[in-house]
Amino acid sequence: MSHYLNIDYLDMTFATPRGPLNVLNNVNLKVQKGDFVSIIGHSGCGKSTVLNIVAGLLRATTGGVLLEEREVVEPGPERAVVFQNHSLLPWMTVYENVRLAVDKVRRGAPRAERDAWTLENLERVHMTHAKDQYPGEISGGMKQRVGIARALAMEPKVLLMDEPFGALDALTRAHLQDEVMKLQSELGNTVLMVTHDVDEAVLLSDRIVMMTNGPAATIGEVLEIDLPKPRERLVMADNAQYNHYRAEVLRFLHERHKNPESEAA
Amino acid sequence: MSTNYADMQLVGVKRENDKDAEGRTEPTVGRETKPAERIDTAGADPTAHDDRFEVMADMFQRWIPVLVLPLITFGLLLGGWTWLQSTVSPDLPTPVQVWDEAVFLLGDPFYDHGPNDMGIGWQVLYSLGRVLTGFGLAALVGIPLGLMMGASLSMRRALGPVVQLLRPVSPLAWLPLGLLVFEAVNPSAIFVIFITSIWPILINTAAGVQAIPRDYTNVSQVLRLGRLEAARKILIPATMPYILTGMRLALGIAWMVIVAAEMLTGGVGIGFFIWDEWNNLNVASIIVSIFVIGLVGIALDGGVALIKKRFDYAPA
Repeated sequence: MSHYLNIDYLDMTFATPRGPLNVLNNVNLKVQKGDFVSIIGHSGCGKSTVLNIVAGLLRATTGGVLLEEREVVEPGPERAVVFQNHSLLPWMTVYENVRLAVDKVRRGAPRAERDAWTLENLERVHMTHAKDQYPGEISGGMKQRVGIARALAMEPKVLLMDEPFGALDALTRAHLQDEVMKLQSELGNTVLMVTHDVDEAVLLSDRIVMMTNGPAATIGEVLEIDLPKPRERLVMADNAQYNHYRAEVLRFLHERHKNPESEAA
Repeated sequence: MSTNYADMQLVGVKRENDKDAEGRTEPTVGRETKPAERIDTAGADPTAHDDRFEVMADMFQRWIPVLVLPLITFGLLLGGWTWLQSTVSPDLPTPVQVWDEAVFLLGDPFYDHGPNDMGIGWQVLYSLGRVLTGFGLAALVGIPLGLMMGASLSMRRALGPVVQLLRPVSPLAWLPLGLLVFEAVNPSAIFVIFITSIWPILINTAAGVQAIPRDYTNVSQVLRLGRLEAARKILIPATMPYILTGMRLALGIAWMVIVAAEMLTGGVGIGFFIWDEWNNLNVASIIVSIFVIGLVGIALDGGVALIKKRFDYAPA
């Protein structure tokens, strides 16, 4: 049967000066509508490559991606991306950055409606107060909020997040994770997130996809996180089931598929 | 003290830095701490006078190096000049003679006694007219061409070698071709300025496009912006600082080249004015012209720097 998002037999080989480099080998993943799926793995395992293929920013060498039974051949707003480094356009204000996306996905809608939708999405991430500021004038966490607002404004079928909180300090990261959890439970988005943070993966996901080390990386294991939502960070800290899942992921990452760099050292 | 000197020399650079420090991440932190420090030291030191004295002393300390150091340089320059004039080169006018000439020339800069006898103001304006026309045309051609070169590998391959070949050639070498084609001196001078200006604009614009971070093009792709929309919303604003740097370089060189071009073409213009005064053996007038050219050059550069400031963005 066909799922909402099908990632089928992905193979990715890059041409390098030292010959072809096989990054991904036979990656298969099915995502249901409304699922929050995390892809976790060591640096360089190709998890971002998977995300970029789903986004349409990269074409797989073989295999492909189906979203609602339609093949992904190019990037598009129905697969909005929250980039790791926020990717806000620095010459536009916070409002204008979101409005750019709104104007694109709500082309033809009255001006007032587009304005309202822009403001509504800024309000979702609590950034209305900074709408007239430029990205260079706000903090990293605020920039990432705007990046999320921009992606949500596109009302994507799948929201793709590429290590969205990787560049933030621990406290800001925790805060934003809570907000993303809240937003996802409100809006029911289907989310595919790449991360290397174990806690983040367990706390936010319905499923964690663990990738083996590259080259020729593939999916090692898939862990279902059967914890009721909404999840409270503090409650989870003492939850035996949560800690069990956490240990599972850690064992995968640090026992069965050790970081290739630490092994070499 | 050495930093103050450097600041003076790089007026434009200093402005840009100011903007970064003031407008963006940490606004006015430096400014706010200064008065506080002053009050602190005043309180700590019982022999200190009242605040007004402190403020004056502060101003004094800040402005002395900015004013006095260049004055010393000018003084040395004048001294060396006077010494040279009185010993080796008695034909050189004295500073006093030059001052008198300056008062004469600048006292009535816009008189017009026919094409062969016009005030220095007119001379400068004619030159400026040629420079701005040639420069404007170069921007009109160079910016779109540079955007295309930056965006397309084929364009780079097609145009790159030609640009590399022609760029090191003195623009004056093109003057005979201009005269041949246009059969008139004024368009030829403008043509030389066009050639002068186009390379920095072209090359900087192309470099700017290539320096656009992958992130911005990703955004453009995810939003499925059309070609024109992507150019208007992303390509051009992202490249703007580079384009304006190219324009600033181009204008600076153009203002230098026009003097030489006009010496060759004749007519009204500051370059030919200098050559004419040389034929009249009026060296004092030439020295005045040098200062005038320098001042206009500063004004031009400051103008572009102001425009650049408007279009610069803080990296996010």
